[in-house]
Amino acid sequence: MLKHLKPAVILFVMFTVLTGVVYPALVTGLAQLLFPNQANGSLITAENGKAAGSRLIGQPFSSPGHFWGRPSATGPFPYNAGASSGSNLGPTNPALVDAVKTRIEAFKAADPDNKAPIPVDLVTASGSGLDPHISPAAAAYQVNRVAKARHIPAEKIRALVAEHTENRQWSLFGEPRVNVLALNLALDAMR
Amino acid sequence: MTNNSFFTCALFVVTLVALAKPLGWYMARVYEDEPVWLNRVLAPFEALLYRLSGVNPKQEMRWTDYAIAMLVFNLLGFLAVFGLQSLQASLPLNPQNLPNISPDSSFNTAVSFATNTNWQGYSGEVTMSYLTQMLGLTVQNFVSAAAGMATLVALIRGFTRRKADIIGNFWVDMTRSTLYILMPLSLVLALVLVGQGVVQTFKPYQTVSLLETVSYEQPKLGADGVALQDAAGKPVLETVEVKEQTVAVGPAASQVAIKQLGTNGGGFFNVNSAHPLENPTPLSNFLEMLAILLIPAALCYTFGMMVGDTRQGWAILAAMTLIFVALIFVAVPAEQSGNPALTRMIVDQSASDTQSGGNMEGKETRFGITNSVLWSLATTAASNGSVNAMHDSFTPIGGMVPMWLMQLGEVIFGGVGSGLYGMLMFAIVAVFVSGLMIGRTPEYLGKKIEAYEMKMAAVVILIPPLVVLGGTALAVMVDVGKSSVFNPGAHGFSEVLYAFSSAGNNNGSAFGGLSANTPFYNAMLGVAMLLSRYWLAVPVLAIAGSLAAKKIVPVGPGTLPTHTPLFVALLIGTVLMVGALTFVPALALGPVVEHLQMIGVASSK
Repeated sequence: MLKHLKPAVILFVMFTVLTGVVYPALVTGLAQLLFPNQANGSLITAENGKAAGSRLIGQPFSSPGHFWGRPSATGPFPYNAGASSGSNLGPTNPALVDAVKTRIEAFKAADPDNKAPIPVDLVTASGSGLDPHISPAAAAYQVNRVAKARHIPAEKIRALVAEHTENRQWSLFGEPRVNVLALNLALDAMR
Repeated sequence: MTNNSFFTCALFVVTLVALAKPLGWYMARVYEDEPVWLNRVLAPFEALLYRLSGVNPKQEMRWTDYAIAMLVFNLLGFLAVFGLQSLQASLPLNPQNLPNISPDSSFNTAVSFATNTNWQGYSGEVTMSYLTQMLGLTVQNFVSAAAGMATLVALIRGFTRRKADIIGNFWVDMTRSTLYILMPLSLVLALVLVGQGVVQTFKPYQTVSLLETVSYEQPKLGADGVALQDAAGKPVLETVEVKEQTVAVGPAASQVAIKQLGTNGGGFFNVNSAHPLENPTPLSNFLEMLAILLIPAALCYTFGMMVGDTRQGWAILAAMTLIFVALIFVAVPAEQSGNPALTRMIVDQSASDTQSGGNMEGKETRFGITNSVLWSLATTAASNGSVNAMHDSFTPIGGMVPMWLMQLGEVIFGGVGSGLYGMLMFAIVAVFVSGLMIGRTPEYLGKKIEAYEMKMAAVVILIPPLVVLGGTALAVMVDVGKSSVFNPGAHGFSEVLYAFSSAGNNNGSAFGGLSANTPFYNAMLGVAMLLSRYWLAVPVLAIAGSLAAKKIVPVGPGTLPTHTPLFVALLIGTVLMVGALTFVPALALGPVVEHLQMIGVASSK
């Protein structure tokens, strides 16, 4: 065993330096050079120069004039991007049914006229608790409420949603989606 | 399944199989020390490593030395990760000032990363400093994967050598796996991932403003730091307004790339690849998912090349792929059909052009049903264990399939190296069983399979079920085991069974509701990971040594060809029989009962 100790120790130190220092430092250097925005969290810079959010991290919305995102299970408040978490509620857990019921009631209270079935992604917590997207169906479900709250014709809101709808990536991968924060920032910028 | 779902799954499987040959060819050349174009860059550096460490690359080892070298090297890795966690508060690169980690959690994580499991009882962004993530975890992601690949290569040499007592040099196999295979692939993948939005920075966590203020209530603390109580003895609450969001960042991309390629799976952030900064786009998702199975699939071709008959490799790959594809057709429809309890509340779970529908609890919108389920299968088929959706919230059948894939012994692709050496144990059992049927001494690739090989193969195949079922039984009998369970009823049992299936097969994924960061689970699962890594790797090396010493018998009329569809069917049958017979009773108590409850409730109301 002893004859293996020397190569083990030396190679372990060398590989620690190589894969634990050189490799991450090299990736960081190249990343900061090639993709500085992405490498630092895809932050959106507001007019005042401060960061108005991250394109990839959702935010909590509950006012009728904004589009609402996925329910978030992070604690102690939703969309806590310092501590990502899903709900981990199982499909037969009564707590899941209660949570969904509460969310449905919130939507009904904000828009009593809307009798359509609620798209599932609006009433189920995302895996990360930080999901920046909703489905186009979930956006369409909220158009009338937002239009009413903002006293803007629904057509204009619908056009804005369409503008912010991303198709499947390269028409191949994933699902169509709407970035909620980007959409709401555009809404607020609309006069 | 929707058309798009079919298309996505087909694209994934076809791409995977198409890449197996070129990468497998390259890896075979690396292990046989034939020229590859990276030699020009890396050969001088490789030589320097050997010189400094006093390794003679031409000097090969007996299987016992090979095993000891591997164990010593892994022990050092364990000690380093344990030490870094225990001291991180006083070490640099800790911008969030995260405290030292408890001994039981440090033990569990150190075992977990040294054994290529990457079970995570902790939550990344609130636990690990940048230094621990890089110097501890990323390093183990490389070298534990390399150790698995080295063990496989030693076993393959056992088949090809005749009357030899040496099976290669562990230091050389480990070094070449890291330098020529894992590092170049990781570097490229990491940069592509950053381009898609995975973070890679040493800056502290970023603060951004929220468009809408949120508030929450928390117990008000007195001047002494103790929660205040009102006259009725209830805690006094205060309202906290949140106007800003703290976004956790860090050197994630470099770790994410190797966590996938090395079938490690340990996430940088708590929710692993469900986190938008760890897996931001559908393209990053596709590439990460491909990276999970890429090396395990390609090693089948490497195996074929090294034994001098690529058909042998294709046969193994075919068996793996067929089981994988069949399970897609079970799991995707299960998740797509959604949750009956939500259907009753007039929630729209149907798939359409504008939504993926289905059971979306715990899933990300950009991935939808298909990519979440496909990932769950890839990550549990390989012993990867990263997740892009919360498996605990899957439907009972949707969650059972990943659990069963682990229970099959992580041989459907499996971990890098470990998956194929596990599958070759099943191949040995398959030729043995068929040898019994026709009354001939079984042989595989020209080597007679005798009592010694069968004993060792049986150990390899039987240890994980023993660890999984024994551990689960113990945990659900004691209060410390039961108190960590989160979901009630049959699903709670599934959480415990899943945890031991994961640790006992070196996978690392979890039904995340289980509070596993307790001394009981940290210790139990830590031991489970140790047993099922080394009590498998060492017998495999013993077989390698025993096979290498044998002569090669020529193919005769009684030889069972092992590259034919018949053998593929035999191999699949062996894997499924062992997996099904061992675990059906346990699965019946968990996912099966829960499924019946779920659909029973639906039809009775």
